[in-house]
Amino acid sequence: MAKNTQEKLSPWDIVQIARHAERPNIADYLRLLCDDFVELHGDRLFGDDRGMIGGFATIGGEKVVLIGHRKGRGVEENIEANFGMASPEGYRKAMRLMRLAEKYSLPVVTFVDTPGAYPGSEAEARGQAEAIAHNLEFMSTLKTPIVVVVTGEGGSGGALGIAVGDRILMLQNAVYSVISPEGCASILWRDGTKAALAAETLKITADSLKGLGIIDEIVPEPAGGAHADVTAAVAAVKKAVLANLAVLKKIPLDKLVEQRYAKFSAMGRF
Amino acid sequence: MAWFEKSAEAPARVPTEAIWVVCPGCKAYIAKEAWRAADKVCPRCNHHDRLACRERVALLTDAGSFKELNAEVSFNDPLKFTDSSGAYADKAKANIAKAGVGESVLTGTAAIDKIPVVLAVMDFKFLGGSLGSGTGERILLAAEKAIALKRPLIIVSASGGARMHEGIVSLMQMAKTCAAIARVKEAGLPYLSILTDPTTGGVSASYAMVGDLNISEPKALIGFAGRRVIEQTIKQKLPDDFQTAEYTLAHGFLDHIVPRKEMKAFLAKVLRYAGF
Repeated sequence: MAKNTQEKLSPWDIVQIARHAERPNIADYLRLLCDDFVELHGDRLFGDDRGMIGGFATIGGEKVVLIGHRKGRGVEENIEANFGMASPEGYRKAMRLMRLAEKYSLPVVTFVDTPGAYPGSEAEARGQAEAIAHNLEFMSTLKTPIVVVVTGEGGSGGALGIAVGDRILMLQNAVYSVISPEGCASILWRDGTKAALAAETLKITADSLKGLGIIDEIVPEPAGGAHADVTAAVAAVKKAVLANLAVLKKIPLDKLVEQRYAKFSAMGRF
Repeated sequence: MAWFEKSAEAPARVPTEAIWVVCPGCKAYIAKEAWRAADKVCPRCNHHDRLACRERVALLTDAGSFKELNAEVSFNDPLKFTDSSGAYADKAKANIAKAGVGESVLTGTAAIDKIPVVLAVMDFKFLGGSLGSGTGERILLAAEKAIALKRPLIIVSASGGARMHEGIVSLMQMAKTCAAIARVKEAGLPYLSILTDPTTGGVSASYAMVGDLNISEPKALIGFAGRRVIEQTIKQKLPDDFQTAEYTLAHGFLDHIVPRKEMKAFLAKVLRYAGF
């Protein structure tokens, strides 16, 4: 039954589910998936980005460093979190925490849910491009396991800035794309109303991305989407994260980093 | 003459393309020969015009030293992408013919003032210098070649960013190229990044911004998001100098802005400081 419902969804339908206001956000995951969470603030350079959250977390007894984009619920929270659009200090905080993870031999788990990195003038002034680029470089050699979960919107470079990892998981109704369907439609079709067509053409759903070899695993969602049964949705994510951590922790770190390089090197070879 | 009558503009002395170049910076007519002699830098306003990849190679390397690598690596069309103006595969093929290069980057081994290097030069004429899977693969292979030969890696960027037509595969080239750059650095080899006009989006947010040195040319456009997107976000007009090389340097993300005619000597000097 759930499967039949799913099969009828178009990529554009899935975009709507991925952006649904009641879709589990980082606060839900911290509350329902973690036994414990110690938030760590600040990039030590400029500020503390409330659009990017991170800290020590315990998931099913496993100690990790957890980092994720933060979308709020309601107007006030969303303004504080800048609607999940992180600034350079968010990416730099993420890197600082990942460095700490490496030092303390803790695996990193990242939760990706952003429309994109913040396109504001101050973000440019403080080096949005450099902050993301530096993370990509840094994460490729980090000597600790990294599990990435695309939970909602994987918006371009702003998503990738915390999404270089050993295992890339994606929720069934999440999307991950180089550009928003609306942006692509307005540039390539010169018509913003062609977003549904762009969503289909860009192949941004979990199924398509699995087929392209970009993601490793699809985490199933309850019928109707993760927001329809948040507890069940979070439980499925927890199970998938723990299973992947168990596998990765057995791999010697040198080999792990080598495999990560091989994984990303192979992307785009056909 | 009535106000609504269009005044007949004298068409008599319109210069022909064969003799003149109109500087995109100051709109002055510059004799084509002088334009070429100045490597497409305007003698009037110092506008540094965009160069084709082979023009840039000629400018930066010792004569005859450049040997292209991985010319067979070209674009892929993993999404079988078609938009309102046609199929991506057709456009890419047309761009190969137009730009005379198989991807948006030309890579090879070369010498700069006798210092052997591995060089990658992007070409904005090829689909706006966009970062496709072929681009990413060529850059990764160039980085691996630099490591194998123990040579410095130099990348000259010119790009609007990711290539939408390759979707998520294009996005992943940012991670792929940065992973390769990380290895060059781990091998203790210099990586010099030259950001030319324009270097934006997914290219500025990957290999272009993580040079040991980030170098640019006067007035080059460098940024992450597009000006229009930012203006819509902040609902304000941005100053003219926003996202120029000078702005980027003032904010701490460039080491040096080097005039085109001095670039080769500058690179050689830096490489000597790096022990080459």
